[in-house]
Amino acid sequence: MAGAEPTWRRLLRLEGLPILAVLAALVATFMAAAPEVFLGYRIYMSFLTTVPPLLVLAVALTLVIAAGEIDLSFPSVIALSGWVLAYCTHVLGSPWLGLFLALGAGALVGFVNGLLIARVGIPSIIATLATQFLWGGLTTVFSQGLSYSMGEVEGYAVWHLMVGRLGPVPVQALWALGVAAVLWLVLNRRRFGEHLLFIGDNARVAEVVGVNVAREKTRAFVLMGLMAAFASVLLTLENRSFFNTQGGGYLLEVMAAVFIGGTSVFGGQASVIGTVAGSFIIGMVEAGLVATGLQGFWVRAVVGVVFLAAVIGHLLIEEPERRAALARALRGRLEGARRRLSRGFPIPPGGGVHASNGKGGKR
Amino acid sequence: MNLQEPAPAGQAAPQGWRHVVRLDQVDMTFGKVQALSQVDFRVGRNEIVGLLGDNGAGKSTLIKIVSGVLRPTAGSIWVRDRPVDLDHYSARMAHELRIETVHQGQTLGEKQPLWRNLFVGRQIVGRLGFIDVDEEKRIADRLLRQAIGFRGEGITADSTARDLSGGERQGIAIARAMYFEADLIVLDEPTTALAVNEVRKVLAFIEGVKAGGHACIYIEHNLANVHEVADRLLILDRGRVVGEFARGEISLADLTARMIALHEGHAHGRR
Repeated sequence: MAGAEPTWRRLLRLEGLPILAVLAALVATFMAAAPEVFLGYRIYMSFLTTVPPLLVLAVALTLVIAAGEIDLSFPSVIALSGWVLAYCTHVLGSPWLGLFLALGAGALVGFVNGLLIARVGIPSIIATLATQFLWGGLTTVFSQGLSYSMGEVEGYAVWHLMVGRLGPVPVQALWALGVAAVLWLVLNRRRFGEHLLFIGDNARVAEVVGVNVAREKTRAFVLMGLMAAFASVLLTLENRSFFNTQGGGYLLEVMAAVFIGGTSVFGGQASVIGTVAGSFIIGMVEAGLVATGLQGFWVRAVVGVVFLAAVIGHLLIEEPERRAALARALRGRLEGARRRLSRGFPIPPGGGVHASNGKGGKR
Repeated sequence: MNLQEPAPAGQAAPQGWRHVVRLDQVDMTFGKVQALSQVDFRVGRNEIVGLLGDNGAGKSTLIKIVSGVLRPTAGSIWVRDRPVDLDHYSARMAHELRIETVHQGQTLGEKQPLWRNLFVGRQIVGRLGFIDVDEEKRIADRLLRQAIGFRGEGITADSTARDLSGGERQGIAIARAMYFEADLIVLDEPTTALAVNEVRKVLAFIEGVKAGGHACIYIEHNLANVHEVADRLLILDRGRVVGEFARGEISLADLTARMIALHEGHAHGRR
């Protein structure tokens, strides 16, 4: 067995540290490139209004992915719950009712997802793709395709409670960070979270050690639905409007935030702190690039680069075998290339089998 | 090895029983296939019973009945000399009766730290239901050092299961069963696909099971391994008990000859 771990490697394994470093580097870069914007506090307050829905969604999705599942239906919850809230507020004049019914609708969508996946046995990617169409479509039917503009919502206590300002700080940021803290505890310190990790790691093992796999999966989807509804409430109130395609843009951004944060797509290993950092990275790149004078066209490309770098970084840190294999393969290639050069062989088409040392380089 | 750990949840074992598990005249049929017929099987307190037999002899069926996974078609089961209500016997109930099965292969969450692997399903939680991570880690570290003997090998409570060799994994699974004071630990081919030195480790763990006062059903293909550690050997063939030997009653060579004869009997029988 390997000896004691070197300190630097243990540091790397502290939860979320690598990705927090990436976030810090990103902020530092922005500060250097656009000091007039990024050295003031306003831009950060602006992030704290725009990132929370994304953050809430991504943190909840982290738990679902920890269990080795996926939820593609949360954009439809953002639409459905947003409509419920808007209808109750705008038409019935009862935002509190709207708030509770919106959350209830999200939990219900999650519960249906959970039943389809854990009891009926439909793979989550298919079940939630279907329910995404279903609830998204029903929202369009319910709302008759109309959008609601709800300027009056600022007059309600709910608005101040959910998206008001506490001094300069947007209240939704406190809600989002609160959700993140609670779900960190749920994942890392509750039986439920541990069960999700084992289910994602190996469902058979989970069963053998006494985990009720179907029940815990269902609970994870209910939680996801509920949090998607919560994100929808924050979004709808902040925007003071509802439109039935709201949420559509979140699907890929939320998944990107989770995976940038170092959560494994294979399940069994997840980092809430990483997801928080990932959400801010996703949420900041756009404003950051625009402020530094780069064209907005670049945003998605830069997200792609950061995304890839983060994922490769996590892979190298968390899977020493793979790092070793990669290093070996590289060395093998270099060696092979050097030999070919020193012997003066032309490199044969198809990869230089003559000079291969058999260790690597054959692909 | 010091395997006696204080029981966290388990009550003191009721005194005055002879057999941790007893099966009387157990039959098991799957459709038309008679997997077990009139099997009498018992495991004494602190006894290691080796279960031998060809593929299809009924070993797996037998231990599935013991561990509550399968319900026998006929016969009765006794745990600590008390009859078990077969209508309600289940894997969960076997657990509650302190019968632990270490299944072949998948027993640990690969990506999970050892402290989680040791306590999952029976987490130590505080009053508010939060897992007491420090306490679990502390006990896990002590188990690793004392019971399993992972000293100075760079394995800590924070190591993940995939950092371990095959034999060490079995050690963790066995230590888990012992820590929770199982009276009976069922080991289903724990040495399959292990290198020789890893097999040695597993055999040491099994001896530790005995030293710790637990009983064990040990299913094994490798005759030398089971001959070495078992107090009693039971040979199954086509669902029947065809041989039973106390330790020292049969030499490894004779045992091997017997198993080969059984195997060849099948081969001839098929023709």
